[in-house]
Amino acid sequence: MELYAILKIIWAAVLGVLFIGLGTMVGMDMGVGTLLRLVGRNDGERRTALNIIGPHWDGNQVWFILGGGAIFAAFPTLYGTSFSVFYVVMITLLFSMILRPVAFEYRSKADGRLWRAGWDWVFLVSGFVPMFIYGAAFGNVLEGVGYHFGWTGQYYQDESFLSYLLNPFAILCGLMSVGLSVYQGGAMLMLRADDPIWSRARRYAMGGGLVAGTLFVIGGIWVRFLPGFVMTAPVNPAMPANPLHGQSVAMVAGGWMHNFHAHPALWMLPLVGLGCMLAGVAMLAAGRTVAGWWLGLGAWAGTITTVGCAMFPFLMPSSTTPDQSLTVWNSTASEYGLGCMLVVAGIFVPIILSYTSWCYYVMRGKVHTADVVNDTHSY
Amino acid sequence: MEFINPDVVDLSRFQFALTALYHFMFVPLTLGLTFMLAAMETVYVVTGRQIYKDMTQFWGKLFGINFAIGVATGITMEFEFGTNWSMYSHFFGDMFGTPLAIEGLMAFFMESTFVGLMFFGWDRLSKQAHLAVTYLVALGSNLSALWILIANAGMNMPEGAHFDPETMRMQFESFVDLVFNPDAQAKFVHTSVAGYVSAAMFVMGISAFYLLRGQHRQFAARSFRMAALFGIISTVAVITLGDVLGRLDYEKQPTKIAAIEGLWHTSNPPFEPWIVAALPDDARQENHYEIGVPLVLTPLITHTFDQPITGMHELEDEAGPRIRSGIDAVAALRRYGVTHSSTDLAQFTAHEQDMGYGLLAIRHAPGQDVTAIPADQIDDVVKATQPDILPNVFVTFWSFRLMVFLSLWFFALFAISAYLSLKRRLERSRLLLKLCMWSIPLPILATEFGWITAEAGRQPWTVFGWLPTFLSASSHGVSYMVFSLVGFVLLYSVFIAAELYLMFKFARLGPDHDSMEPHTPAAPRVSAFDMRPMAS
Repeated sequence: MELYAILKIIWAAVLGVLFIGLGTMVGMDMGVGTLLRLVGRNDGERRTALNIIGPHWDGNQVWFILGGGAIFAAFPTLYGTSFSVFYVVMITLLFSMILRPVAFEYRSKADGRLWRAGWDWVFLVSGFVPMFIYGAAFGNVLEGVGYHFGWTGQYYQDESFLSYLLNPFAILCGLMSVGLSVYQGGAMLMLRADDPIWSRARRYAMGGGLVAGTLFVIGGIWVRFLPGFVMTAPVNPAMPANPLHGQSVAMVAGGWMHNFHAHPALWMLPLVGLGCMLAGVAMLAAGRTVAGWWLGLGAWAGTITTVGCAMFPFLMPSSTTPDQSLTVWNSTASEYGLGCMLVVAGIFVPIILSYTSWCYYVMRGKVHTADVVNDTHSY
Repeated sequence: MEFINPDVVDLSRFQFALTALYHFMFVPLTLGLTFMLAAMETVYVVTGRQIYKDMTQFWGKLFGINFAIGVATGITMEFEFGTNWSMYSHFFGDMFGTPLAIEGLMAFFMESTFVGLMFFGWDRLSKQAHLAVTYLVALGSNLSALWILIANAGMNMPEGAHFDPETMRMQFESFVDLVFNPDAQAKFVHTSVAGYVSAAMFVMGISAFYLLRGQHRQFAARSFRMAALFGIISTVAVITLGDVLGRLDYEKQPTKIAAIEGLWHTSNPPFEPWIVAALPDDARQENHYEIGVPLVLTPLITHTFDQPITGMHELEDEAGPRIRSGIDAVAALRRYGVTHSSTDLAQFTAHEQDMGYGLLAIRHAPGQDVTAIPADQIDDVVKATQPDILPNVFVTFWSFRLMVFLSLWFFALFAISAYLSLKRRLERSRLLLKLCMWSIPLPILATEFGWITAEAGRQPWTVFGWLPTFLSASSHGVSYMVFSLVGFVLLYSVFIAAELYLMFKFARLGPDHDSMEPHTPAAPRVSAFDMRPMAS
């Protein structure tokens, strides 16, 4: 296989890792945001919950930024097309997301009741909405998106944005993503808080995990009957990255199951995902929170890899002009660009992982309400 | 072929300018304050004197209020290339995406991870470790600026990429050329140092406020002196690097430099005056009410006494043949996309360097199609396209001048302040202290004008010489743009209101009241407020 094709596959895998990191780390913080009003019944408890992720949310959020940056650098055409086609959804995601940094920094810096209660609602919106849209976007992509390209490479949208919002399958995927984020957020609260936050968080986290597991199974059966996309002629994986020609694609009912039929070993992935969700719920029930947290990571990994392997090599298929579907082969950066980025990522990802771990190590241990309330530096 | 809607392009540009200018109200302060915090904390660690720790923590709190909005509005910027500039992202993303992704990997991750420890780690880290963390935040935020400006330099002076007819986009080909783009190097220093000027003015102005009221005098006098010295050095550096940038524009972006100087006709070295003020008239292509200083322009821009600077009329004339050749390039490229024949490729290659100018003609071609212009209309299309190569002269000219005039004001203010502060005659100079206080927003304004100069002066291109701005936007409907614009205006207004409220609140409280509940100092461990149930 040519080097360019190998680089394309590696970057598709990197994208998957980023999506897993994003789901786990950002999902965790957003789950805490969603749960904030439920696990904290008074101001001190809510501040405790916020300060548990206080030192980490900003770093975690970079997974989101980096996800965007990596798509831009490694899949520029996918970046431009997907962000634009999903405009209304993406802008809604953006609006809800950018409220969060401000909410963290500002909520506890003034003590009006309305001020704080208002920001608490902001945490709910900025936790729930982005994770819902994150999941729903996967749902929409699985169903195919209506767009085509003009000769210059400009995309043109062929359907209303309402079809992305009012779409039962996408809503299911969105709720599953929220379920996993509530699970992860709850597990983190259990790691760092005492009762009563601990037991409330446990209840919601277990609920989130069970919802996610149930929806994962229903979604899996649904996809079996959903029209999927398949290549109808051999394609050159090392082709120049240009969606205008070089592929012939058809929509086939159950098309997303083809990769699983061809490689039965792939069935391990959804099983790992579902297994982690169920085992995680059991662990939290038993009070084993560290294991529960890591199983949440496993649940995200199983889910994202399942979707990725079902769709491979498709990234965002076009339902109106299937031949122009964006795939791993036709929407990547150049060979040189992918190579450069791989070297850079190879240097910096280990560094990032080590200092992130160090930060968690420094801030380890339980967070106590009394300390939070008396610390002038806390949120 | 679908038509380009000029309203959507204008709204997309307006939205980008709005969000970028807004983001950039907060960035300069972040860039500069991180280093000032690091400097204060260094003094604390070396001398062990509590007042420097108080300074670090107090200015750190104001930094945090500012930082949150900088982070939030920065997310917008990264989204917007995809949501609103899809053609640009497709065309230039192979190269442009790389520095943005590296920014995330190398800089933003570091800054964001350690900023948490900077705020939360005072009791968990040793003095030295906390100091290291503060330096890493400063390094991270400045590296972040470096990579963003490398990306921006790629738009202004695309080096390290070439157009590829197979993929219909610029292909990235040299990391070294990308990173060592001279525009990137000069712009990085110019911009980050402008941030230091903003931070210095911020600290100096608030300290002046305390001195005027006779509060926190020791704290304020120390902060003032550090800021004044930091400010004078930074202002000198910002002006020097601005000069380097002007010289670069002269070489690589002649339309920008001509617009900046309001130069309609090629200059007459060495006598050509530098226009201090004028009313440039874009429609009639001339200046009204010109006031100039003779002999200054040529050495200022070219660093020589004999090199001419090409005027805008002459640049328009030079563009004529390029537009004509570019139209052939675009026609050949489109044919090649269908036929993949070597004849079409050879024709394209012959005119490749002018392709951008051919794309520029799209707006004036019948049916927005430059590939099928009737032979007798080509002259008209070329003629109509020629003025399009110029940016808006009025905007470029005045944003540049306002930036320069402001920087001269900063130089004077910092110089006098530093002198009086070192002579310990500060508290008697009440007028100076007031001027310092009122000048707090001015460096931020100056950096905004700098951004406008650089980016309005880049027009009509998003990738200079290759991709016109009007082609770069996503093909949205007007309703999409109205939706997002209304949202941004509402959301950003709430942000600025909340930020100013907190900024004023904490600045007024001052360092002695560095506490969440100023009325209950160390009283009950958990106050009634904290335990009362919240309405749900």
